[in-house]
Amino acid sequence: MSGVPARVVVVGGGVGGTLVANLLSRDLGRDVRVTVVDPTGMHSYQPGFLYVALGEASGRWLFRDERELLRGDVDLAVDGAETIDRDGGVVRLESGASLPYDYLVLAPGARLVPEQVPGMSNGESGAGGHHFYSLEGAIRLREAVRQFRGGRILVGIAGIPYKCPPAPIEFVLMLEDHLRRRGIRKKADIKFLSPLNRAFTVESASKLVQPIMDRRGIGLETFFNVETVDPSAGVVTSLEGEKAEYDLLVLVPPHRGQRVVEDSGLGDAGGWLPTDRSTLEVEGCERVFAMGDATNLPISKSGSTAHFEAPVVASRIASMIRGTAPASSYGGRVMCFLEVGGRKATVLRFDYEHPPVPPKPSAVWHTAKWMFNRLYWVTVPQGRIPERAVRKEETQ
Amino acid sequence: MGVIQVDREIDARGMACPGPLMALIGAIREEQVGTVIAVLSSDAGSRTDIPAWTTKAKQELVDVEDADGYVRFVVRKAR
Repeated sequence: MSGVPARVVVVGGGVGGTLVANLLSRDLGRDVRVTVVDPTGMHSYQPGFLYVALGEASGRWLFRDERELLRGDVDLAVDGAETIDRDGGVVRLESGASLPYDYLVLAPGARLVPEQVPGMSNGESGAGGHHFYSLEGAIRLREAVRQFRGGRILVGIAGIPYKCPPAPIEFVLMLEDHLRRRGIRKKADIKFLSPLNRAFTVESASKLVQPIMDRRGIGLETFFNVETVDPSAGVVTSLEGEKAEYDLLVLVPPHRGQRVVEDSGLGDAGGWLPTDRSTLEVEGCERVFAMGDATNLPISKSGSTAHFEAPVVASRIASMIRGTAPASSYGGRVMCFLEVGGRKATVLRFDYEHPPVPPKPSAVWHTAKWMFNRLYWVTVPQGRIPERAVRKEETQ
Repeated sequence: MGVIQVDREIDARGMACPGPLMALIGAIREEQVGTVIAVLSSDAGSRTDIPAWTTKAKQELVDVEDADGYVRFVVRKAR
């Protein structure tokens, strides 16, 4: 090794960015100088928004200062990444500063674009639809659910791909349970709008949740690709030519890749980074890696994906810095819980080659999810859980 | 039967379900009525999903052609 540390810039202080920075710093010590760039400097635990929307948790435990989650020898730039200059090997920041890099990790997440659906609001006005994909949106939805006394409820998905595929199903099942406990279930007509010919993208999970929805009296409208929302009439129309009326509308907004990706000319039509499914390198870009929601990989956009990708990215960069052949590869591993209401949940574990075989929902998986929610802050960002197991399984 | 003039071809081979269907839906949103779109899919689920969706959406499935390791769906935007 030379005496000059390799410069690694990580764009995004979410699950993947934080973990990859900590792993590189821990494993390479003085041979690396890692800088995380994040526009807010606050790390959010997004799976918690679902619970906020249903009044089961406050927003307080969902945010931590990113600085507290990073190792002391990782630098944090609280700044927006504006563009990537690949030829110059520099990230240009909104403040006007520039960060040169030898290795770049792009983990900026995804962007909500409700404006792509005419009439849909970003949750500011309930009439144009609510969502729980931000804390503010989840709090407004919580108030709308609290004030709901009866009527037609639509829960749907306004674009694929979106973050945390089970979330809208979890929401509708938990909402049904919530209304039953409040004694107003019979006054509510609940329908789920799916863009596909089943409730959920993954067929095996659909086979598990659809009978539960049937038993709970939750209607399912399939092949309903949201085209417009008419807030004054309370009507959603689909590309397929159908209409659905609502008193309370909850729609997962369409997502796109982040602006820094698009403005740097790196994204595909949706703004996602074309990424090698095994090495996680951005196609055509040497020493540039992508992870988490920002990639175009045919796998869930979720924190779990980023959690399993981070050790692979860290290991490959560490090998390159050490001058050895990278050996780790990502096999598409994801693990996520799926709440079904009534304090029961199941778990989805899968990879590129193996679809999930979810177990029967039980209180055990619900408790596991709650424990994970609570332990997240002291485990995942620091690489304290499954990392060793991940490396063993992912390394081929 | 004459050769079908395809205006836009989407190579969705290698995409997992529901990628090919969503790519078709995206193209239907963008194109004008009358446009003929071909989608190449290697995902087994497309064989049921794409014809079912075109029926529901009242689009016209013009042709389904088996090729080596993939299927080529040809759809005309009907409305």
